[in-house]
Amino acid sequence: MFYREAGDFKTSYRDDNQTFPIRLDRMGYYILMFVAFLVVPFFINDYWVNAVFAPFLIYAIAALGLNILTGYAGQVSLGTGGFMAVGAYACYKLMTGFPEVSIVIHIILAGGITAMVGVAFGLPSLRIKGFYLAVATLAAQFFLVWLFNKVPWFYNYSASGQINAPERSVFGVIVTGPNTEAWAKYMICLVFVVVLAWVARNLTRGMMGRKWMGIRDMDIAAEIIGVNPLMAKMSAFAVSSFFVGIAGALFFAVYLGAAEAGEAFGINKSFLILFMIIIGGLGSIFGSFAGAAFMVLMPVLLKNVLVGGMGWPTDLAAHFEFMIVGGLIVIFLIVEPHGLAQLWRLTKEKLRLWPFPH
Amino acid sequence: MPEQLLFAMEVTLNGLMAGVLYALVALGFVLIFKASGIFNYAQGVMALFAALTLVGIQQGQVPFAHLINAIFGTEVHHFPWHVPSIIAIILAAGVMVLFAWIVEKYILQHLIGQPDIILFMATIGLAYFMEGFGDIMWGSDIKTLDVGLPQGMNMAIDEATYNMFGYGFFIDNLDIVATVVAALLVTSLVIFSQYTKQGRALRAVADDHSAALSVGISLRFIWVLVWSIAGFVALVAGIMWGAKSGVQFSLSLIALKALPVLMLGGFTSIPGAIIGGLIIGVGEQLFEFAIGPMIGGATQNWFAYVLALIFLIFRPQGLFGEKIIERV
Repeated sequence: MFYREAGDFKTSYRDDNQTFPIRLDRMGYYILMFVAFLVVPFFINDYWVNAVFAPFLIYAIAALGLNILTGYAGQVSLGTGGFMAVGAYACYKLMTGFPEVSIVIHIILAGGITAMVGVAFGLPSLRIKGFYLAVATLAAQFFLVWLFNKVPWFYNYSASGQINAPERSVFGVIVTGPNTEAWAKYMICLVFVVVLAWVARNLTRGMMGRKWMGIRDMDIAAEIIGVNPLMAKMSAFAVSSFFVGIAGALFFAVYLGAAEAGEAFGINKSFLILFMIIIGGLGSIFGSFAGAAFMVLMPVLLKNVLVGGMGWPTDLAAHFEFMIVGGLIVIFLIVEPHGLAQLWRLTKEKLRLWPFPH
Repeated sequence: MPEQLLFAMEVTLNGLMAGVLYALVALGFVLIFKASGIFNYAQGVMALFAALTLVGIQQGQVPFAHLINAIFGTEVHHFPWHVPSIIAIILAAGVMVLFAWIVEKYILQHLIGQPDIILFMATIGLAYFMEGFGDIMWGSDIKTLDVGLPQGMNMAIDEATYNMFGYGFFIDNLDIVATVVAALLVTSLVIFSQYTKQGRALRAVADDHSAALSVGISLRFIWVLVWSIAGFVALVAGIMWGAKSGVQFSLSLIALKALPVLMLGGFTSIPGAIIGGLIIGVGEQLFEFAIGPMIGGATQNWFAYVLALIFLIFRPQGLFGEKIIERV
């Protein structure tokens, strides 16, 4: 009734191709941006930023990155945790090596370094496909984590083998280190998320994205119509690793403050992010956000209900969480392989016809 | 003989023994992959679950004790009996058959015709589910598994090698048992698949699903059968690993080690799984022995994967795998 494209006339190609073609969607987007930038920062406190907002925003970046590689270009990767570690350690080395340069530049450079590492580990994808590649990316995961644990140069020879984020500020506001205020943490993550989501959206609907999707749907056919598989796969690995690297840098510098490679960036992180994009929806920008929100909120909710509400011991609740996550993955793959994004799409489709569906 | 060479020989032997254990896990993967084209990530967790079930039955634990205690506020832990090992093993095998049937009915049935990678991700989900389920059912503490297998250093080998080289080799009895069991298992699997009716049907399904269907072979039955066999292989692997290092979460990580083994050996070849396992076992031990100390040690974490990765670049189908042919 209220969700209609009727009356929303498009008079140029530009209008026709915009990201949110329906007026209500556009307004929803502007309201969301308004709330995110101008309302939330004034009400946010430490609990909310650490339990919900910071992990959600950072995982959303990582999920966007993996979704570009797996959802758009069709190359399954189980090395996300390892690439996040590259981003984190690159950021740490830059922060300590060049303290006078802005942290924002460090984070972006960390993404760039991760992109190069990603391309190096993506090279086998030209020869091997499917789960052979998935297993090959495990090599990246284990090798990188081992490297950061064993080579003291990476953690500046600190005795504990941990890396600690020194205090850095943007425009005079402290954004890393223990003295960071909740809203500053939130804002720096938010800015990165918004910019990167915009980049991802525009990359995936442009020429590059079409090449990726061609390779995903049928690589041989794509090659015949003139897509260069080398360039397409390598660019997917590079862009994806760039996103994941930035997520890793933010995860370490802003969210955790201190990290140890094996613990913070282990194989479980890779699976967590893979689950996000499966539940959210493969090949969908919205899906990356939905999946990240789901996987961040569900444990918080479960913990509050099971431990807080019913008084169960925490380890039991943790096991329950494993069961629920695993079960949900299987259910989603069976019932709705396109994830939450597809449910959202269907809802919108229904809503456009409501209340007269015929 | 120089001492270094003797050390290297001992390391190689121990690597061979560890390789047998990797091969045992890899075997379960190959069975399922051949029959249904599914890359079963949950194989390692199946081994963990089987071992947990075995220990649980043996010691008469009450299943879901923690859950029951948490909900009803009771204090139940154990039944007042102990089950003999052999009966416990049979019961655990029964549980694995039941598990195979449930997986087929509630998961695989609904995913027929989906792309391979979707099935792969479904088994990752299954692995997570089983991990949580196993812990809720039997508790997550580290358990010792004892089904009466011999353990400790083998004296005969120690003495024989001491007399020969003047240096006794340390070989664990358990590893020798594992090797014998693995050999028996592989032999019986080969006999089963070559000389029985079900075995022939199984090979037919592995060759071509639709052709097998058209001559009246029940795909569902074969899948339940093959998951049951894989469950049994997982039980054997679980017993061996459990006896070696205790039944605990890290058991499920050996499944990950089996992946490079498979990539080396080829996903469709049973001899490939064995030889791949041996190569990885020996390779990582020797690498750690020779090069590990120079670069900081603990290279076992990644050596297998990197070896497989390099290998794949030159021969994507593995040592014994069928050649990958792409049709348009």
